[in-house]
Amino acid sequence: MAELQFREAIREAIDEEMAREEKVFIMGEEVAEYNGAYKATEGLLDKYGYKRVIDTPISELGFSGIGVGAAMNGLRPIVEFMTFNFAVLALDQIINHASKAGYMTGGQISMPIVFRGPNASAGQLGATHSVAYDSMYAQFPGLKVIYTSEPDDAKGLLKSAIRDDNPVIFMESEQMYGMKGEVSEEEDYIIPIGKGKVKREGSDVTIVAHGKMYHVAKKAAAQLEKDGVDAEIIDPRTVKPLDLPLIVESIKKTNRCVVVDEAHPFAGFAAEIGFLIQREAFDYLDAPVQRVTLPDVNAPFAKNLFDAWLPDAKQVIDAVNQVTYRN
Amino acid sequence: MAKKKKDEINFAPRGIGDEKDGAVQKGVDLPSPTRKKHKSLGLSEDDLKAMYEQMYLQRRFEERAMQQYQKGKFGGFLHLYIGQEAISTGTVFALNDDDDIITAYRDHGWGLCRGITPNEGMAELFGKKTGCSKGKGGSMHFAKTENHFWGGYGIVGGHIPIGGGLAFANKYNDNGRISATFFGDGAVDQGALHETFNIAQLWGLPAIFVVENNGYSMGTAARRHTVAEIVDRAKGYGMKSKVVNGMDVFSVYEAMKEVSEDVRENSEPYFLEIRTYRYRGHSMSDPQKYRTKEELEEYQKNDPIERLKTYLLDEDILSEKEIEEIDEKVEQEVLDAVEFADNSDFPDESALYEDMFAEDEPYFHN
Ligand SMILES: Cc1ncc(C[n+]2csc(CCOP(=O)(O)OP(=O)(O)O)c2C)c(N)n1
Ligand SMILES: [Mg+2]
Repeated sequence: MAELQFREAIREAIDEEMAREEKVFIMGEEVAEYNGAYKATEGLLDKYGYKRVIDTPISELGFSGIGVGAAMNGLRPIVEFMTFNFAVLALDQIINHASKAGYMTGGQISMPIVFRGPNASAGQLGATHSVAYDSMYAQFPGLKVIYTSEPDDAKGLLKSAIRDDNPVIFMESEQMYGMKGEVSEEEDYIIPIGKGKVKREGSDVTIVAHGKMYHVAKKAAAQLEKDGVDAEIIDPRTVKPLDLPLIVESIKKTNRCVVVDEAHPFAGFAAEIGFLIQREAFDYLDAPVQRVTLPDVNAPFAKNLFDAWLPDAKQVIDAVNQVTYRN
Repeated sequence: MAKKKKDEINFAPRGIGDEKDGAVQKGVDLPSPTRKKHKSLGLSEDDLKAMYEQMYLQRRFEERAMQQYQKGKFGGFLHLYIGQEAISTGTVFALNDDDDIITAYRDHGWGLCRGITPNEGMAELFGKKTGCSKGKGGSMHFAKTENHFWGGYGIVGGHIPIGGGLAFANKYNDNGRISATFFGDGAVDQGALHETFNIAQLWGLPAIFVVENNGYSMGTAARRHTVAEIVDRAKGYGMKSKVVNGMDVFSVYEAMKEVSEDVRENSEPYFLEIRTYRYRGHSMSDPQKYRTKEELEEYQKNDPIERLKTYLLDEDILSEKEIEEIDEKVEQEVLDAVEFADNSDFPDESALYEDMFAEDEPYFHN
């Protein structure tokens, strides 16, 4: 194992896949000369040159579409968004084209493209820079959606995403890029898309959390342990396809579940997991599933409001107390 | 045709990688400033004093804001307008007070110019309830709609069509007002600009579209992210256009006066490329490796505030001492604003749910 920052794990994955396959290239705003807005692509321009590491203008719709066309025509683009908040401008290409072209041409088109970048909020950046989009993408058939929480997952899953022959949405977080973690040094380290991971074993309650929220859940679990509650944390890692069996297996053991999700509550990841659990594990539940999400309001700027807005460990603990009837 | 050698293929603008050819790297070429003096521009001595005070206020407000940011008094992004003050000031003095202004996230100067008080502005940066946007928006979202300042917006290019929409409503209501929309050179590359230009020309919208070309879009020189001359974008739409020196408040004023009259009179859009330079990094976390110190200093020689100060002295409109008095007054105002912001309360927790819908007690999903 090697200790790597999240951004280094991302870079290694891209680097290894570019070295392995000539058709892989990366483009996005500030990815080349500036070495990446968050330094995830540092050094890649020097190594691969202007043909394969490409700075784009601020034209999200345009360069995403160029990625889609290039993918159709045999290349394997990695399209970086400075954040998925700006990918909103490219939704026509991602949703109307990338996710549908193969189907509507009767399978004549393949779409090996990765759209990646940070997702959700990153501190007090205001309403337009703070939205978690993973649930939204997962709503659309034809897309795979990954939102990782730790460097090891990021490396293994990004490599899989780049090799995948479908459009993959791969999400990171500005606030996690500097985070360190042990990363497998296995040669050609691959984590299959669609496989979740038990990140903490426990017997009293199952907490499902991915992306940045995994770290909130982890913090809550550490506190809960002191209070005598042994939480199991499942990080699905891939939002879609979802590793439902792993979650159900855990609930069969704990009989209680809290879902932590950084999206707004309506029809999001947490809602979907809640539904699936009642369908697949109804007889095992000792309490209704609870969720911790953002409230149904936009991100405020003010520090105190922002802190109240973002899910935190205390909210997770409260939800756990509720499902364990400890309050 | 001979096949191009593999290593010749690249997707970068011509000249890239050939750093000795400074043409690719340099910020912007400033056109010559106007030669006219204030009287022939229709500006009184009092106007000049007010212009000087306004520009100096914008500068000191941001310099103090930067200090407070570095002290950790507030978080988020902080994009400074320093160097570009002549554009907001020249524009606001040229337009009518009820003409509509909208801009991007580099918005502090615009807000101050359109009547956001230093107190309200600083408090917004601090995320306090006394801020111009009640602490809900922060640095990127200053707004004062009662003064027809519709705010700063953080999605690059997103507000360009909105500026067109402000003009649409003005034409619809036949109220004689026009709109002026400001954005950076980076925003020129967004489809939103092109769609809006076509519609604006098609429907005769009374709108001025202005690119504040400060040479860089984050770490990318304008010449590396966009082709040809930005001003020429207008040609494809049959839109009138002009390049203006944005380091000289008289030039901005003169152009805005002329253009606004034309737009108002003929109900037709106009595109201005105002060339300027941003002195500070893109935001507070920018190591600025993409430009040289020499380049920055070159543009600072054209500093808009120094330039006006020199004019005021040369024309015997103000003495050194009088200028000092203005400077001190501004300095005090800004220091007071910092204190005001610091002492103001954060918004009440209930504010989280306010301003979402028009109703007093709206539905929130839970
Ligand atoms: C749609 C979108 N893409 C990317 C960004 C990130 N971003 C913020 S400012 C900026 C550079 C814009 O430069 P420019 O338009 O020249 O304005 P300036 O900062 O020079 O005032 C970028 C890439 C964004 N805010 N919105
Ligand atoms: Mg710029």
